[in-house]
This record gives sequence, structure tokens and C-alpha cells, in this order.
Amino acid sequence: MLRLSELKQPQKTRITRIDGPEMIRLMEMGITPGLPLEIVRTAPLGYPIEIKIRGYLLSLREAEASCVFLEQV
Amino acid sequence: MDRNQLTIALVGNPNTGKTTVFNSLTGLKQKIGNYPGVTVERKTGVLQLDGVRHTIIDLPGTYSLNPKSIDERIAYETLIGKYEYEATPNLAIVIVDASNLERNLYLVTQVMDLGIPMIVVLNMMDVAEERGINADPERIQNLLHVPVVPMAAKREKEIVKLREAISRHDLTPATPLLWSPSDRLQQIITHIKDEWLKPHTHLPKNSWNVEALRLLSNTHILDELKNDPAFDSAKKVVEKARKQMEESGDNWMAAEVMARYNFIAGYRGDQDESSGLKSTLTDKIDSIVTHKILGPIVFVLILLVMFESIFTWATPFMDLIDLGFIQLGSVASHLLPAGILNDLIVQGVIAGLGGVVVFLPQIMFLFFFISVLEGTGYMARAAFVMDGFMSRIGLHGRSVVPLISGFACAVPGIMATRTIESWRDRLITIMVLPFMSCSARLPVYALMISAFIPRTFILGFISLQGLVFFGLYLFGIVTAIIAAFVMKHLFSNERPTPFIMELPSYKMPRWSSVFRNMVDRGWIFVTEAGKVIVAISIILWFLASFPKVHKPGDNAAGINLEHTSQVLSQPQGKKDSFDPTESQAAYQLTHSYAGMFGHFMEPAIKPLGFDWKLGIGLISSFAAREVMVGTLNTIYSIQDENGSIATLKQKMIADRDPRTGRPVYSMLTAISLMLFFALACQCMSTLATVRRETNSWKWPAVMFLYMTSLAYLASLLVYQGGLMLGLG
Repeated sequence: MLRLSELKQPQKTRITRIDGPEMIRLMEMGITPGLPLEIVRTAPLGYPIEIKIRGYLLSLREAEASCVFLEQV
Repeated sequence: MDRNQLTIALVGNPNTGKTTVFNSLTGLKQKIGNYPGVTVERKTGVLQLDGVRHTIIDLPGTYSLNPKSIDERIAYETLIGKYEYEATPNLAIVIVDASNLERNLYLVTQVMDLGIPMIVVLNMMDVAEERGINADPERIQNLLHVPVVPMAAKREKEIVKLREAISRHDLTPATPLLWSPSDRLQQIITHIKDEWLKPHTHLPKNSWNVEALRLLSNTHILDELKNDPAFDSAKKVVEKARKQMEESGDNWMAAEVMARYNFIAGYRGDQDESSGLKSTLTDKIDSIVTHKILGPIVFVLILLVMFESIFTWATPFMDLIDLGFIQLGSVASHLLPAGILNDLIVQGVIAGLGGVVVFLPQIMFLFFFISVLEGTGYMARAAFVMDGFMSRIGLHGRSVVPLISGFACAVPGIMATRTIESWRDRLITIMVLPFMSCSARLPVYALMISAFIPRTFILGFISLQGLVFFGLYLFGIVTAIIAAFVMKHLFSNERPTPFIMELPSYKMPRWSSVFRNMVDRGWIFVTEAGKVIVAISIILWFLASFPKVHKPGDNAAGINLEHTSQVLSQPQGKKDSFDPTESQAAYQLTHSYAGMFGHFMEPAIKPLGFDWKLGIGLISSFAAREVMVGTLNTIYSIQDENGSIATLKQKMIADRDPRTGRPVYSMLTAISLMLFFALACQCMSTLATVRRETNSWKWPAVMFLYMTSLAYLASLLVYQGGLMLGLG
């Protein structure tokens, strides 16, 4: 199990768990366990990262990305 | 059909075309203002339907009814009828992006829990179709049991369908908790209602479901309630509820969100989970504009085009406005009898108004571009590309465009910070923005550089004058970065706002909305900031015109007044027939309150290398920086129209101290003065705009004090340091 902040290459993953103080906000945006999550790209200087979830694009900074746990598929 | 007047709330996620729907429903019958005490924009309008005038409130865009920001709180509290400044809505219209159904329906299920009558608008059906997403209105209507209206906001006529749905609505409330929370969750909701909401709060009954869930799942809720007299009961109820959830193996933070999303998944039926994930035009554009290397290049190019256009397009309009107000002034001074009233109207009111209106072209052009960038969806990409750098210095990716607008003028730049959602980031952006070298500093820089910086070339081709010019711009940028960095640490006690930003699909901007936004911004500036600017102009006019004095030897006061109005009305008028070295205007100014104050403050500005003449210039330049040059012109009695900078320059170079015979100004004075101009907040329009955008006098006061102190210190250090090195 890896944190979203540790995976930076574009790839397809699946969400296993959400953690941290902003958990609710992330989940309300549709980042819920069991769902496929695609890492699309990272911005210049490494952050924020862009992900595709539930068919839309979302960007997160490192602090938020480290709250999302994933498994590679 | 007969119907009472309704209060209709428009609710929806950001980027769903909510504002477009609002504009189509209300037409020109709109009112824009601020909610009292906060900086959230309040938009209301009138919908004329079957002869009844309904009120429509365009609530701030929100992703959830579990409020985390002021915007979301206002949206939520208005919907439950708790927000004291807004009437309780009888009908909620939730605007949903059909191409992003799941996340949008999340908010829909929350609004349904409030048990108010509602309509779901399935907007952007055309985008959904393009992306191969099957958003079936009938299926959604069967799932939610509320009227669903499919629309493509692009097709203007489709608004008729929504108008019909509003007329037909029988005002049956939506069914709360339709998303079928688990039995355990149901029990806990009931428990929190009975033990806390009913006995201890005055919250409207329809909000109890949402409130109970918020108490259960929001980790910050107990902080919010800590001043409540019954805090202990709240704490007991909340902790018990969370413990019960844990005991039954549920996660109290996640249970509600999971259950809602599971319910929403029901609309999908047997459709493939990955539908809508196919490669689109958006992906293709993004692979360039958000590319690690190409992205920043594209961004810089777009900015370049944007500011080139603002400068070239706005300049003729600004010149025209200037000319118009000069004409107006001369007409007024002819029509009115000579005297104080004439002076007040011409030099105070009309000049002050001109100072406000002259900003309009830049504001409107800037907002044209910003609306287009927002409307297409590019603004979020620019923020994405720049955030890595901006967040390191305490700003937000969205701070870049406002900051760069500051090179034209701080006023539209500050107004453009509205796109930054986090209050902290927005405030820091506003506070450092006036350091960007605006165009009003140009005349002062041009005068001082051409007069006192030698026309030499470094390495034979780099002009020293050009280098100083560039240095001043760079100095402004570096100061802004350092100031932002310092403020980031000063405000670090505030809870950091998470950065969770949607990158909406690209679409063509709606031109009607773009133009509407341009006009709205311009109007807000003229009516809000304009009042303050005109008031201060009149005060400055008073300081420069009183007490009325006459030059010794000029005993015929009438001739003087006539002369003044002649100069005003016909700039090509004959050369001054009085004292060639000092005109009545110069005499009046130097003996006015402003002049006295210039003399009075000389000891304070002497260490910076400024004499009383620059002192008067500094006071008058508070109206606008470029006024400095005009004031110096008056002091040096330069009245011929082709003189302007060239003559002033010569007079300043030739100016000698009568006691020592040494030049009054040196290169060191010039550098000290330019540094002062680079840093000081000498612009009442900026301060008036900050006051309007932060809704308090506190921040403009802080801005004025810290920027001016910084300017004083920098000039002091440079001038005194220079003297020590023998550069005077």
C-alpha cells in the first residue's frame, strides 16, 4: 500500500484508504475507497499532482496527496 | 396559474454553469453586492413568471453542505433559513454538471435532506454527450423523485424548460434521507436530534438531518461549539455517537459519505464504471498547457498577449477619458462664476471623478481576459502550473494573474483576487500586490531617470538608464516575494486551507457572461471605490488651495483668477505675463496647507534627501502617483504646454540650494526617491479598493503603514549609505 504522494508517474491505481484531518473533504470530492484513481501528471516543481477520479480531473498538493492510500493495479 | 412570490435559491458545485443559468433566468434584473461583514459576493435577481416576480438568490458555489469556508457556510445557512441576511428559500434549484454526475449528485442528496421543494437542472448535457457519458434525466428522476430538467446552457432557448418546471412545481418537498443510511446511522441521527439538536439548539427543524451528520463526522465541530453554554452535553452526545459507530465496526468519518456515493451509483445501473474516462479534447489540450516545460511557457505567452492588449487597447480610451474630463472641467469653469465653488467643482470634484473613471478601461479589459480564462477553464490550469512556485512563497497558484495585473494597475489586480478561494492566500496576495510596479509610477521613474541617471553604457551596449529602469521593476517583484514569504509565517497560526482544486473540462466561454462580468466589475469599482476616491480628491484639493493667498505685488486678485481660468481653458494660452520665475499658481501651492505641510515635514524627509518641494509632491501624489510630476511642474511654474518633462528636468537639474549653492538634487536623491515610489503605498484608489475587497478599514490601514514605513527605511538606508560612501 502506497501513499498518493509517493507515486508520481502517470499510472492507474485503486484507492484503499483515506486518512488525515481533511479526510471528509477528500471523500466528499469523490475520493472513496475501492475506486479506480488515475495519476495523470505532476506540475512543474513536483506539486500539485493531477488525478482523474469519477471521470473528472482534480489537483492536490502534497499534504492532501499524502492522505490517500493506493494499491497499484 | 396563480402563485405566490417565491424565494428561489440556486445551488451547485463551482464550474457547473450556475451563473449562466442565473443570468438567463433574471436577465438584466440583478443586484450584486457583498454579504454584510464578509467578502462573499451576493447576487440576487428577479424572475418574472406568469405575471409574478420571484426572487432568485445565486448562492456561492459549494461542493458540500458540510461547510468548511465562509462561502459554503452562507450557502448552507441560507438554505436552512438560519442566515439572518437572507430570506428562507421556498424552492431550491440545484445545478448539476451532467458530465460529472457522481460528484455533483453528492450535493443533491444533501440538499434533499433539508426537505425543501427542489428541481435538479442537468446542465451541460452537450459536454456529457461529447464525452460519451450517458446522463439519463429519466433515470435520475426515478432515483431522486424530484423534477429533473436536462439543459445545455449553451443553447439559450432551453431556459424555457426550466421556467416551465418552476411554474409547474407543486412545491412538494424532496424526501430526506432517501440515500438510505444504515440502521446504525439512522439510530445515531435520531439520538443526536433528541439529545442535542432539539433541547439545546434553535436550528430550524429541516436542518436537523444534515446537522446531526455534521456533528458525527466533522472533526472540527467541537472546536466550533466550544463557546456554546451547553458544550459539555454536545461533547457527550458526539463522543457517544462516534463510539457507537466504532463499536459496530463503522468509520464515523466515512460512513455517511460512503452511503451517499453508494446510493448515487444506483443511477448508473448496469453501465460500465469506466464510462466517460475516454480520451477527450480536454486531455489533448492539457498535455500541452499543463506540461512540465511547455506549460509555463504557454502561460507566459498568454500573459504577454493579455497585457500587451490591455496596454494597447486601454490607452486610447484612457486618453479619451482624460481629454473628456479636461474639456468638462474647462466648460464647467466657464459656466460657473469664478470663485471657490468653481475651483471646488473643477479641481476637486471633476478632477476626482476623472481620476476614478480613467481606471475603467484597464479594469474592463482585464476582466474581459479573466472571464475568458475562467470561462474556458484555463485559469485552473494556470494555477496548477504555477502553484509549485507560488506555494513556496506563501501564495496560491491563482495569485499569479492578479499579481501580474498589478504591473498595469493595482486596482484591477486586487479586484481579480476574488478567484482565490482561501482567505489567507487572498489577503497575502492583496497585501503584496501594490509592490508590482504599476504604470502610474512610470512618469516619475521616467522623469528622475532621464534627469539624474547618466546616459552611459555598460560594456558599450547596456544602457545604465535602462538598467535602472529594469532594476526598479525587479526590485518590486523581489520585495513582493519577500513580503509574501514573511506574511505566510505571520499568518501561520491559521489552519492551512487544503488545496483541492478541480480542473474543469474546457469549454467555449459564454460571451454574454463575459461582457456582463466586465460591466459588473467596472460598475462596482465606480460606485464603491469611486466614493472614497472622490472624497479624498476633494480633501487634497482643499489642502492645496487653502488658505487663499496672493503673490506680493499682485494686488489685483480678479486678474489672477481670470488668468487661472484662462490657463485651464486654453492650454495654448500666452506665456505667463507675471513673474517669470514664480507664478501665482506656484505661489498659492507653496503657501497652501499642503505647502506648509511640505515645509513642516522637511525635517522628516531631509534624511532621505528630499526637500520641501518633493514633500509637497509626495503629499499630492497620494491622489495618484503620476500627480507628482504635475505638482512639480506647478511648483517650478512650468506652464507652456510643450515644456512638460523636458523643461521640468532642466529646472530640477539647475535647482541650487540658495545657502550653499550646491545642486538640490543628485543621482542619489533620484535613486532614493524612486525607491520610495517603488515601495510606498501612495495611491488612494488602491486603498479604497482594498477597503472594498476586505470589507474593513483595517487592511488598508495596515497596508499603508507597512508599505510606507518600508519605503522610508529603504530610502533612508540608501541615501545615508550613499552619503557615507561619498556619492552625494
